[in-house]
Amino acid sequence: MTAGPFIEVKDLKVHFPAPKNLFGSGGAIKAVDGVSFTLERGRTLGLVGESGCGKSTTGYSILRLIEPTSGQILIEGQDILQLPQSQLRPLRRRMQIIFQDAGASLDPRMPVGDLISEALEIHGLWPGADRRRRVRKLLDLVGLSTQHAERYPHELSGGQAQRVAICRALAVEPQLIVCDEPVSALDVSVQAQIVNLLQDLQKELNLAYIFISHDLSVVRHVSDEIAVMYLGRIVEKADRKRIFEGAAHPYSRSLLSAVSIPDPDVEQRRRRIILSGDLPSPANPPSGCRFRTRCPIVEEDCALHDPPTRLLEPTHGAACLHIQKSQELLKWT
Amino acid sequence: MALLEVENLRTRFATDRGVVRAVDGVSFTLEQGEVLGLVGESGSGKSVTSLSLMRLIREPPGKIEADKLVFDGVDLLKASESTMSSLRGGKMAMIFQDPMRSLNPVLTVGRQLTETLRRHLRLDGDAARRRAIELLEMVGIPLAEKRLNSYPHQFSGGMRQRVMIAIALSCNPRLLIADEATTALDVTIQAQIVDLVKRLTRDLGTAVIWISHDLGLVAGLCNRVNVMYAGRIAETGSVRDVFYRPSHGYTVGLIGCTPRVDRVGAPLTLIEGRPPDLIRPISLCPFLPRCAVAIDACNKTMPAMNTIEAGHAARCHADLSVFHQKGAA
Repeated sequence: MTAGPFIEVKDLKVHFPAPKNLFGSGGAIKAVDGVSFTLERGRTLGLVGESGCGKSTTGYSILRLIEPTSGQILIEGQDILQLPQSQLRPLRRRMQIIFQDAGASLDPRMPVGDLISEALEIHGLWPGADRRRRVRKLLDLVGLSTQHAERYPHELSGGQAQRVAICRALAVEPQLIVCDEPVSALDVSVQAQIVNLLQDLQKELNLAYIFISHDLSVVRHVSDEIAVMYLGRIVEKADRKRIFEGAAHPYSRSLLSAVSIPDPDVEQRRRRIILSGDLPSPANPPSGCRFRTRCPIVEEDCALHDPPTRLLEPTHGAACLHIQKSQELLKWT
Repeated sequence: MALLEVENLRTRFATDRGVVRAVDGVSFTLEQGEVLGLVGESGSGKSVTSLSLMRLIREPPGKIEADKLVFDGVDLLKASESTMSSLRGGKMAMIFQDPMRSLNPVLTVGRQLTETLRRHLRLDGDAARRRAIELLEMVGIPLAEKRLNSYPHQFSGGMRQRVMIAIALSCNPRLLIADEATTALDVTIQAQIVDLVKRLTRDLGTAVIWISHDLGLVAGLCNRVNVMYAGRIAETGSVRDVFYRPSHGYTVGLIGCTPRVDRVGAPLTLIEGRPPDLIRPISLCPFLPRCAVAIDACNKTMPAMNTIEAGHAARCHADLSVFHQKGAA
């Protein structure tokens, strides 16, 4: 066995060329701009933040569905960004992805059984008669019956389509699944079914999950560690307890305060930190701290220095120059 | 007198497979300045209820019937199309989930705002323009005067939803219907919009019907809530009644499967299965096949709407007091 974490992402950058303006070059849109984290098997990292913060781009880069600009992604010590295209297929057997709109990720002309056995075929797994037995077993694993194998994607409900997508991802026996907003489009009752299914599968198969979501209630429920992203950077990262009980960064605190809680008295009592305005453009991020244009406790020096990540605990880091002020002034419960 | 009285509203659609009873006997009243939440799964009849109130259901294949449907003294069932058309966008306004589909992409935002003002309030060009600027400022759009000349695609999602709210509020509606109005927005923007709606109801006395599947939003924003299932109201009450003393098996299930950001929960409880097909006639409680707390009586008779205390009622046979808790206050 190799020492070190199962997956390690180091200083990942994904820059896209910006549309050209009247005067020529448009520069770069820094969708992901220096992201680092590690993750072990059997554990879940929640990636949270608003639309445009780079959380999905980070997820796609790990599967090399998007080619990163620079950085390293080490899987058990091997830098997968150095792999030639021809060696990506064996890599993708180890890593799979499921999306928010599961229906759209399934070929409408293929019945469910074929969708799953296709994954096995591509990777040359379970050849011959075993393959059908394997498909049945996989369907059973995600709570679908053999009858579902005959159905076409349009005959499935949203929850069933997500189960099929999970089933197809599991078919190749991956070690890591990137879950990109997997329950955001589902009704709460179905959402709970899928969340519980993902958790059961994780225990059974020792899977690592990167769980990308804007829904902090779900993220709290499923994650061991949480990274909060803002404009291409991780601004705070800690284990679940620390984030939800002692978040330090003003952005994390604002985000938490914006989530509504299904409890009328708690809602009545709590204070909200209302952020003004929208996310600035990642093509032209603010100088210094990227959050300063919306930060409720901004100071003059925030425009001058790009805040380094400060460790508050061995496993809790936050990138803010005024952590103490944030902890004193910004309350979210 | 209540602003809105709905009695036994039934909205059906003729389809190839048969008649779908999308709304099947919904009754409620709404007072001025009250914020009523409608919650339930997709297909529970929340949106069809509100579209029926606005008479925005195409007939046929749809058919709206009710024993009473009165808004601000007007009988909506008998109202002419021209009466309805002056009510919509006037005294009754609606905002939808996707503002991009509600706004006209080839007209400036200013044109779309002033159009409403000129039509409903008969303002002239200058007055309409001044009012439009006021409205955009009220909903928190910076540089309002300049933004009048912008097209919808030049706004962000949150800003577009503000424009929709500005248009909806432009003629001082007595009733605002918001159908999943913040569902597509980021939580920080959602918090801004909810804050805005709260302020407006307080300052202008507008009544609101807030349709959402997000129980948290409803808990924080609404005074009362109707929990809908299979085209009917399963439970109705103040938000405290319904969240702390849920009295329908479905409400208990819904609360149990909603994760909370302020606590690490036990595994989420599940509501297995799917809602019923609304074409088949319903003779027992429609939630029975999925209910975790059903008792013998549930297999025998359809539960009536039982009053639990003043203003709190549910269609359920089971005694759910074990799920009741005091408020956190």
